[in-house]
Amino acid sequence: MKAINRRQAFALGGGFVMLTLVPMAAGAEVSNDAAKWIEKFTGGKQPAKGKISLDLPEIAENGNTVPLSINIESPMTAESYVKDVLIIADGNPNAGVATLSFTPLSGKAEASIRIRLATTQNVVAVAKMSDGSLFTEQKTVKVTIGGCGG
Amino acid sequence: MADKPRIKLPKEAAKGEVIQIKTLVSHLMESGQRKDAQGKPIPRKIINKFACEFNGKPVFSCALEPAISANPYIQFDARIDEAGTFKFAWTDDDGSVITAEEKIALKA
Repeated sequence: MKAINRRQAFALGGGFVMLTLVPMAAGAEVSNDAAKWIEKFTGGKQPAKGKISLDLPEIAENGNTVPLSINIESPMTAESYVKDVLIIADGNPNAGVATLSFTPLSGKAEASIRIRLATTQNVVAVAKMSDGSLFTEQKTVKVTIGGCGG
Repeated sequence: MADKPRIKLPKEAAKGEVIQIKTLVSHLMESGQRKDAQGKPIPRKIINKFACEFNGKPVFSCALEPAISANPYIQFDARIDEAGTFKFAWTDDDGSVITAEEKIALKA
């Protein structure tokens, strides 16, 4: 990445309106199909905050393998359990990361995987309970070296 | 195909106990984003599905996307109500399936 000198900084300030019109140029705030993934999963319903604890490193040195652990509060009985959990990364070329499906036999709604992150971005988890209620949680991960080849 | 998947779980568990299962399978998980030396994109080839069953009943499964790291490591839990056999299956984009089995006994 090139350092910005003073003159360019002024030019950037003037071109700010232009930049906001062209989201790709803004860099970190890349929009991918994350919203579509969430909408497909929730069916348009708004998930509530809470119940999920999402464990990710604050800074990932290597975006190729970022450990992710998720734990959702639930009795995990036949009457009440966590059904599906969608995990997405809003700054990757493709937003989808994984969809975890639990059953009452899982005992605990807990899982760990390792994921790839292309750049500094938010990782979002949305959980669907057996009664249809939805919960969400998100974490920002700073990535030093991206994990999508190139 | 690649090496045998590695699976770690206790040999026996008390009735009703929740155990932790760790799995790791060797796979490149080619994301489809990379380019080869000639600049041509390398086609996507990943494990797109993992499933675990216990005595024929589903325990845990997940759909995986290219954003899963190479050599996918998956850790999850299972409640043991009876002795039996875990079956694990990893499905590749090309349709091949890597399978494994592990037995667990009840503590006397």
